[in-house]
Amino acid sequence: MLLYISKRLFQGVFVVVGISILIFIISRVVPGDPARMALGPRAPQYAVDELRREMHLDKPLPVQYCYWFSGVIRGDFGKSINTKRPVMADVKEFLPATIELALFSGFLFIFFSIILGLLAARYRDTWVDGIIRALSYTGIAVPAFVVAVILMLLFGYVWPIIPVLGRLSSDITAPPVITGLITVDSLATGNFTAFFDALKHLLLPSLALAVGPLFQEARILRSSLTDNMGKEYISVATGYGISGSVIMRKYLLKPSFIPVVSVMGLDFASLMGNAFLVERIFNWPGISRYGINAMLNKDLNAISAVIVIFGAIFIVVNIIVDLIVASLDPRIRLGGK
Amino acid sequence: MERLLDIRNLKVWYSTYRGFAKVVDGINMHVGKGEKVGLVGESGCGKTTTMKSILRVLDSRKVHIPEGEIIFKGSDILRMNYNEIQQVRRRSISMISQEPSAALNPVFTVGDQIMEVIRHSGQFDKNFSKKDMKSLAIKAIRDVLISDPERIFDSYPHQLSGGMKQRICIVMALVTPRELLIADEPGTALDVTIQDQIHRLLRSLVEEKHMSLIMITHSLGVARELVDRIYVMYAGNIVEAAKTKDLFKNPLHPYTRGLMDCVPRLSGGGVSEGIYGYIPDYINPTPGCRFYPRCPDAKEVCSRQKPPATVATENHLVACFKYN
Amino acid sequence: MNKEPIAKNELNRCRKKGLLSPSAKENLRIYWYKFSRNKLSVLGLFIVLISIFLAIFAPVVSRYPQHVKEFVDYEKANLPPSASYFFGTDIFGRDIFTRVIFSFRGALLMSVIVLSIAVPIGVLLGLIAGYYNGTWIDIIIMRLTDVFLALPPLILALAIAAVLKPNLTSSMIAVTAMWWPWYTRLVYGMATALSKEYFVKNAELIGASRFHILFNEILPNCLSPIFTKMALDVGWVILIGASLSFVGLGEQPPTPAFGQMISDGARYMPDLWWMTIFPALAIAFIILGFNFFGDGIRDMLDRGR
Repeated sequence: MLLYISKRLFQGVFVVVGISILIFIISRVVPGDPARMALGPRAPQYAVDELRREMHLDKPLPVQYCYWFSGVIRGDFGKSINTKRPVMADVKEFLPATIELALFSGFLFIFFSIILGLLAARYRDTWVDGIIRALSYTGIAVPAFVVAVILMLLFGYVWPIIPVLGRLSSDITAPPVITGLITVDSLATGNFTAFFDALKHLLLPSLALAVGPLFQEARILRSSLTDNMGKEYISVATGYGISGSVIMRKYLLKPSFIPVVSVMGLDFASLMGNAFLVERIFNWPGISRYGINAMLNKDLNAISAVIVIFGAIFIVVNIIVDLIVASLDPRIRLGGK
Repeated sequence: MERLLDIRNLKVWYSTYRGFAKVVDGINMHVGKGEKVGLVGESGCGKTTTMKSILRVLDSRKVHIPEGEIIFKGSDILRMNYNEIQQVRRRSISMISQEPSAALNPVFTVGDQIMEVIRHSGQFDKNFSKKDMKSLAIKAIRDVLISDPERIFDSYPHQLSGGMKQRICIVMALVTPRELLIADEPGTALDVTIQDQIHRLLRSLVEEKHMSLIMITHSLGVARELVDRIYVMYAGNIVEAAKTKDLFKNPLHPYTRGLMDCVPRLSGGGVSEGIYGYIPDYINPTPGCRFYPRCPDAKEVCSRQKPPATVATENHLVACFKYN
Repeated sequence: MNKEPIAKNELNRCRKKGLLSPSAKENLRIYWYKFSRNKLSVLGLFIVLISIFLAIFAPVVSRYPQHVKEFVDYEKANLPPSASYFFGTDIFGRDIFTRVIFSFRGALLMSVIVLSIAVPIGVLLGLIAGYYNGTWIDIIIMRLTDVFLALPPLILALAIAAVLKPNLTSSMIAVTAMWWPWYTRLVYGMATALSKEYFVKNAELIGASRFHILFNEILPNCLSPIFTKMALDVGWVILIGASLSFVGLGEQPPTPAFGQMISDGARYMPDLWWMTIFPALAIAFIILGFNFFGDGIRDMLDRGR
C-alpha cells in the first residue's frame, strides 16, 4: 500500500511539472508578445523592451520557463493586469469560496447518487428505475449552465424563497475569516444566522453543479450493481445459504462501488470546469469567476495561476480517489498477476 | 438404497428474446445415500442448469420452472419457503462451481469467504469462537493438500493459481459436514495433471465423509474413474442411465456410443469418429427425439415422437426407439 | 455410411438457422436488430438524422435566413412564440427558430471537425504507444497524455480559447487540443493487450511491416470502442462548444450559437423567457439524441448477445 501511495505521489509531481510546461506554452508562447499584451497596443516601444527584460523575455524559452516556474513554486505568479494586485493575493481571496462550493456540491452528488443508484438497482425495471433513468438522461443532456439559468429563473423570479446571488445576504455580517469557508467560519464562531444564510446561498449554485454528475453516477452505480448481481460468486454465496444482508454488503456493494468511485474523479473534473460558468451566473465570488474574467481580459498571469491551481486540485482529488479505489480493490492495491 | 435426492420430470426454461429456451426438458434422476453419480453430456446440454436448480440459485427473473419436483429427504425443494431452502443450502447440499476464478469474491480474502460459510452453516453453537472457526478453516485448507494454509487463508483470489482457487472452492464446499456434494466439472479450467489430482482428492474426501456426490462432467472417461452410476444427458434429456460398469460394457444409446468413441483407448488405433453436427436449437426443438438430426441410426418415427425411457436390462434405462 | 453428406447438410441447416457466420445481408439485419432493440437508440437515430438534415438545409428550412446576419427590426422585437415566429423573436426582432436551426449547423460542424482531427491523432498515438509498450516512445506519449488528462477538460479548452482570438476556429482548436488524449488512452489500453496476442506475434514472425501490424492487425480490433466513443462524443463536443460560447469564447455575434443565445437571453429572464428556453431545449435535444444514438452503436457493436 505504502509503495502504491508513493508511486502515485511521484506520478502526481511529474504531472504537475508537465502541466506547468503546458501552461507556460499556452500563456507565454501562443498569444505572441506577453509584454506588449500587458502594456497594451499604445505603449511606447522602449517601455515594452524594458518590460521584456524585466520578464526575462529576451532569454531563450527554456530559461524563461525556469524563471517562471521558480516563481510559481514560490507562489509568485506575477501581477494581474485586471486587479493590479499580485495574482497570489487574488487567489487567496477568491479560492475559499470555490472550495466551499465544490465541497458542498461534491457532497450533494455523492450522497444523492448513491441513494438513487441503490434505489434504481433495487427496483430495477420498475417505474422507480424508469424515473431515475429519465432524470439521468436529463442530467446528461442539460448542461450545467442551463440548469443554473433555469434554477435562477425558478428561484429568482417565480418562487423567490432562496437567494440566488452571492455568498451572504447584505444585511448579515460575515464571520471573521478563519478558513475562508463561510459555513465553517460561522459555525466556529457560533454565528448560526450567518451559517444558515450561507447554506441557503450555497444551495442553488451547488445544485446546478451537482445535477449532471449526480444522475450519471446513479446510473453507473445501478449498472455496476446489476452487473454484479449476475456474477457467479453471488450465486455461489447464495448457494451456501449466506444471509441476504451479508451478500448485499460484502458480495454486492463493495465490488460495485469500485467503478463508481473511479468515475467520481472524472465527475469532479467536470464539476470544476462547470464551476467557471456557474459561478459567473450566480455571481459567486470564487476563483472560477475570477479566472473567467481573466480569460476574457487576456490577463495571462492570472490565467496561468488559475489553471495551475485547478490542475493541482484535480491531481490531489484523483490521488484521493485512487487511494479509495485501492483500499476497496485488492487487485489494484497488491498488483495483479 | 434409500434415495437422498430425487428429481422428477424437471423442466427448466430460460426466457430469451425469441421465446423460451427449453434447456432442461423433463429429466428424472435420483441419488442414493452415499452414492456417487455422474451426469455426463457435452457443454451446454443443461447439466449446470439442472444442478443450479437444486440449490435454487438460478436467476428467478430469467428462469421459469413450469413442471417438476426436486425431492430432497422427502420434501420438494422447489416448493420450500426461504427459510427452508436456506437450511438446505447451509447444512445439506453444497456445490462446487465450474469456474473457480469466477466463484470467489475478488475483494475479500479466501479465508474471509471460507469463514463466512462456516459462520452461516449454523452447525456450531455460540461457544464456537472465531479462533475455532479459523482453525477449522485452516484444517480444511490443509485437507485439500495445500502445504501452507495460513498464507493461503490471507490471500486474495487474484493471488492464487487456478488449481489453488479450485481447491479453495472444494474447501468451501466441504468445510462443514454435508450430505450431498455437487461438483460441476471441477478442474475443467485446469491442465490435465492438476485436474486428475483434483478428481482423486475429491473422491477421497467424499468417501471419507460418507457423502453422496453428483459429478458433472463432459467426459465419460472421468466419470468412469469416479462414480458408481452414470446419467448421460443430451440437449436437456436424460438419454441413458446405468451403472458405470454396465454402461461401458454395453452402451445402448447412439449418443452414448458416440461419446465412447471420444474416450481415447490404449488399444486399437486410429482417430475416433466422434459425433457430427451441432447441439440443437432449444427454442424450437424438434417434436421428436432431440438427437434425431445427428443420429446415425435415425428412423422415421424419431422425427415425430419423443422416445420414452425404457428399461433395457435391469437398472439400465435408455430413451431410444431402437430398444422400444 | 458416408459421413461427408451428413456433415454438409448439417452445415447448410445451421447456416439457414443463422448458427454459423451469416451473410452480409444477414449481418445488416443482426446489426439493426441489436441497434433497434432499445427503442431509445432508434429515437436517437431519428434525432441525429433530423439535426443533420436541419444543419445541411438550414437556409432552406428556416424562414428568415437573413436573421443570422446583422439584422435589426425593432417593430418585430420581443415577440412571444407565434405561428410566424415559432420560438418568438429576440430584442433585435430576429427569429429565434431560425437562429436555433443555424446553431445546429455550427454545433455539428464543430463536432465533425474536432473529431475528424482529434480522433486520428489520438488513435495513432495510442496505437504507437501501445505497440511499443514499455519503450521510451510509450513513456513520452503516455506521460504527455497524462498531463492533458490531468486538467479538467473545460478549463483547458477555456484557457486555450482565451489566449487565441475569440471565434469559432479558436474554440475548435481549443476543443481539439483537449480531446485527442481520451482516444490515445482508450486505444493504448487495447493496443497493449492486442500486441501480446498470437495473431500479432505471428504477423511479426512472418515479417510483416510495422505499418501492416499497426493498421491491419491491431487497429481493426480497436474500431468498435472507437466508433462508440465517437458517437457519444459528438454530443459532448457540442456541449463543450456551447459552454465556450456561453462565456463569449466561441462563435461571435451576429452569427448564432447555443451558448451565446442562452447567455444573451438569460439577461432578459423571465420576461423574454423564450430567448433562453428554446435554445436550451434545442441543445438538450441534440445532446440527448447523440447519446441515445451512441448507446445504440455500442449495443450494435457489442459482440455476443
